[in-house]
Amino acid sequence: MEITVRGLWTLVHGMGFGALYLLACSGALIELYRFTTSSAPVGETARGERFLKLYLVTMVVLAWTAVLTGAYVIYPWYRADLPRGTKDLALFPQRLLISSPSTTGWHALGMEWKEHIAWFAPISITMVAFVFFKYGRDLKNHKQLRAGVLAFVVASFVAAGVAGFFGAMLDKYAPVQGGRTIQLSKGEEK
Amino acid sequence: MLAAAVGNLVLAVIAFAGDKSVPIKNSLNFYKPTGPLSGVTTVAIIVWFLAWGFLEWRWGKRTVAMGRINRLSLAMLVLSILLTFPPIVDLL
Repeated sequence: MEITVRGLWTLVHGMGFGALYLLACSGALIELYRFTTSSAPVGETARGERFLKLYLVTMVVLAWTAVLTGAYVIYPWYRADLPRGTKDLALFPQRLLISSPSTTGWHALGMEWKEHIAWFAPISITMVAFVFFKYGRDLKNHKQLRAGVLAFVVASFVAAGVAGFFGAMLDKYAPVQGGRTIQLSKGEEK
Repeated sequence: MLAAAVGNLVLAVIAFAGDKSVPIKNSLNFYKPTGPLSGVTTVAIIVWFLAWGFLEWRWGKRTVAMGRINRLSLAMLVLSILLTFPPIVDLL
């Protein structure tokens, strides 16, 4: 069992940062709503507030790491120029996708949308975390601000969902491959 | 919140402009391996931080009408999502 360095980076970007962020979104939405609407005693909510702050900071880090590794590590491999005379497109995912009418849409719609909409997630969740750090429990008394913050969490979830879905499909039809091969385990010969 | 909406909208508008104009697209090529995406996101992040700083300075200690800001921010957010959607970009 082996994986290439580029494949490993793609895995870390998508399954590590991206998928974890998506999972965290639903938790943030529920916890933010519950925390800012509950009438629990102060001692209990102080602990909850500390936890939620840490949770949101983790989400901010995950979101930024996901888009930065995507744009500056994996995307350059995805869109690499094709050297003249190259016939095997396996190491050039963008070229591989646009070489066939049955897969070109994954680039024209999928990657073109994903590469931009993905950035809404870190921008939105950074704002959400900032507002929560500033208002904390007091957000309960600012209903309109709370509604806006929750809407941005949903938008961040949608953005990350679109990016995650197309990321998975792009990797299915034209995986980013290449670089050194890392052997994970040795299989037995049959 | 308004600054985040501005950041998202600026990103969408610059990406749209880059898609429609080759000179703009070329001018956004800040880091060659990543291409115009590097310029689109860098400019949007700078504008977002500037808007954030400006709004914090102007409104940081004032009470503002959140209903209007919510509506404006959400409208900008929806517009941003639509402006990044390739079939809509191709239509315009």
